[in-house]
Amino acid sequence: MRNMVISLLAVVFGLLAGALLMVVTGHNPMEGYKYLFEGGLKNPERIGNTLATGTPLIFTGLAVAFAFRTGLFNIGAAGQMLFGGFCATAVGLNLDAARPILLLAMAIAGFAGGALWAFIPGLLKAKFNVHEVVSTIMMNWIAYWTIYYAVPAYLKGEYLETESRALPPAASLREAFLSEWFGGSYVNLGLFLAVIVVIIIAFIINKTTVGYELKAVGFNRYAAEYAGIAVNRSIILSMVISGGLAGLGGVAQYAGNASNIQIGSLPSQGFDGIAVALLGANSPVGVLLAAIFFGLLYSGRGFMNAMTDIPPEIADSIIAIIIYFAATSILMERFARWFMKRRLSARLDADGRKGE
Amino acid sequence: MWTLIQQIFPYAIVFTIPLLITALGGLFSERSGVVNIGLEGLMVVGSFIGALVIFKLQAAWPGNPFILWIGLLAAMAAGVLFSLLHAFASINLSANQVISGTAINMIAGALTIFLARNITGSGNVRITSGFLPFDVPVLSSIPIIGDLLFTKTYPTTWLILLVVLLSSFMLNKTAFGLRLRACGEYPQAAEAAGVNVRRMRYIGVMISGAFSALGGAVFIVTFAGEFNGTVAGLGFLALAALIFGQWRPFGVLAATLFFGIASTLANVSQVIPSLAVIPPFILKVFPYVITLIALVLFSKSSQAPKAAGEAFDSGKR
Repeated sequence: MRNMVISLLAVVFGLLAGALLMVVTGHNPMEGYKYLFEGGLKNPERIGNTLATGTPLIFTGLAVAFAFRTGLFNIGAAGQMLFGGFCATAVGLNLDAARPILLLAMAIAGFAGGALWAFIPGLLKAKFNVHEVVSTIMMNWIAYWTIYYAVPAYLKGEYLETESRALPPAASLREAFLSEWFGGSYVNLGLFLAVIVVIIIAFIINKTTVGYELKAVGFNRYAAEYAGIAVNRSIILSMVISGGLAGLGGVAQYAGNASNIQIGSLPSQGFDGIAVALLGANSPVGVLLAAIFFGLLYSGRGFMNAMTDIPPEIADSIIAIIIYFAATSILMERFARWFMKRRLSARLDADGRKGE
Repeated sequence: MWTLIQQIFPYAIVFTIPLLITALGGLFSERSGVVNIGLEGLMVVGSFIGALVIFKLQAAWPGNPFILWIGLLAAMAAGVLFSLLHAFASINLSANQVISGTAINMIAGALTIFLARNITGSGNVRITSGFLPFDVPVLSSIPIIGDLLFTKTYPTTWLILLVVLLSSFMLNKTAFGLRLRACGEYPQAAEAAGVNVRRMRYIGVMISGAFSALGGAVFIVTFAGEFNGTVAGLGFLALAALIFGQWRPFGVLAATLFFGIASTLANVSQVIPSLAVIPPFILKVFPYVITLIALVLFSKSSQAPKAAGEAFDSGKR
């Protein structure tokens, strides 16, 4: 409840700051927000695109949140997502199998790729106490250059050096009936996978011994060790699962929303995952809602940019400001308390006057 | 081989300098006890403000040599202001410093492009001219060293090397430096000795903002020439250099020079026959892999400030 109030307040303040930015740069914020939300919700196609845009964010947000529960800050979701997506694309382009088997193999490859990329920082943390923030940042750039050279070498597209061949329809998560339901949107099976994974992760965190152990390590690793929990194993396991989730995000992005993998950029969804986890208060359901909200901002910004001359980066700015407010939750709490007190005293005043 | 080194070295130094000043900024912040992962964002802010101010002034007064220096100063001022966001969150509000730094990175990346698009339309800000390289008189004719260190240098290079010297002196030989380091090692003891921990940490973070932004602006005026929304991960590399240099100014100097040479080799490897045999992939990931290995090797004897990353709690023992 408390977390929800803080998250909602952070969103409100983020949107207010966005409005302020629009005013300062000479735009009309009412108009801007009207088109921003219309762009994400106006018709079934746009709603579908919002959900699709949010799908990789669900995975990366879940990845960050899961590691956070064990007290680990996985800032490398971008690299894990990229490498997972690369593994899945490699399988999709080279394996010739029936569609369900192919998609399953791609999901497993994506999970394994992301897990491998996070295993190294996990191992370094457990064995050598190397801070995971720095090692995952390094792993991000290693992933960036690995993809940069591996895609042209092994999966090169027909025309462009900078992207892989397009995945065949059988290896794509897109499904004709889904697109039809949503009026031609690119929403795809990734969304269903995301919802299933949210449920599984919620179950692991809240109802299993493993989840309990991981959380115990997150609260106090020394107390956990004293209680007989294998702390090092928990740290590695948490990173591996976290990386695997980010890898699935890569599958949803590169085999669902897009149809190939591009070189030369770290996916922004990896960093947005931090924002999603924070806004969702590290709970799986919170992550789901936060991811869809960010998906809405991202998918609506194009329409807003077409209808007004507000640059699309307003959406990124709003999201970044929301995280800042979520990070400074004490400020939010103080504000909430002050607001409550004021209302309370107003009511007392009113009561007092009645009594006179 | 010699001509190769001679050709590469000036470029390596040009690449090193923004990295060096940014890592040095991070050093002040972390030594005061505040982890600053927002170096990348602060560099972006500096590169944006620097490019914007220079772009506007060069349009108004073409050819004035002071414009570039004004741009650097403006960038530093903007960096200080922006770093206050991080300082406020991590010092006054006890926020998680890593998350706050991440927020700084994201706000900087999004906000600068948003503003640049409002101003130029395309989101890029191109300056008419940056600093021109020059050969230091007399010194450049010294054999060997002259070719390596004193040819094709930029004025900013000398300025920043001077800052490194001063910083080392300030940290190790002055009362201010001792107090700053105490705040990063054992803030409760520092407070008991009468040091205002919060103020020292504010100073540390603000210095990191000024230096990182200067790094971003130097990046523009020496080799990029154009703001396009990123500084290509230099801020993160600076963070790695800070650890690699074990939080000491000259260690950071050595680490950034190493990264500068490694990155320059990777960038030019394709046109130099003796390097073209090494796969470019190996050269590109080299700095990052080396950092990971260094982290493992230093893990037992790490000189990291002990209280870095923790919110200051005056009652904690």
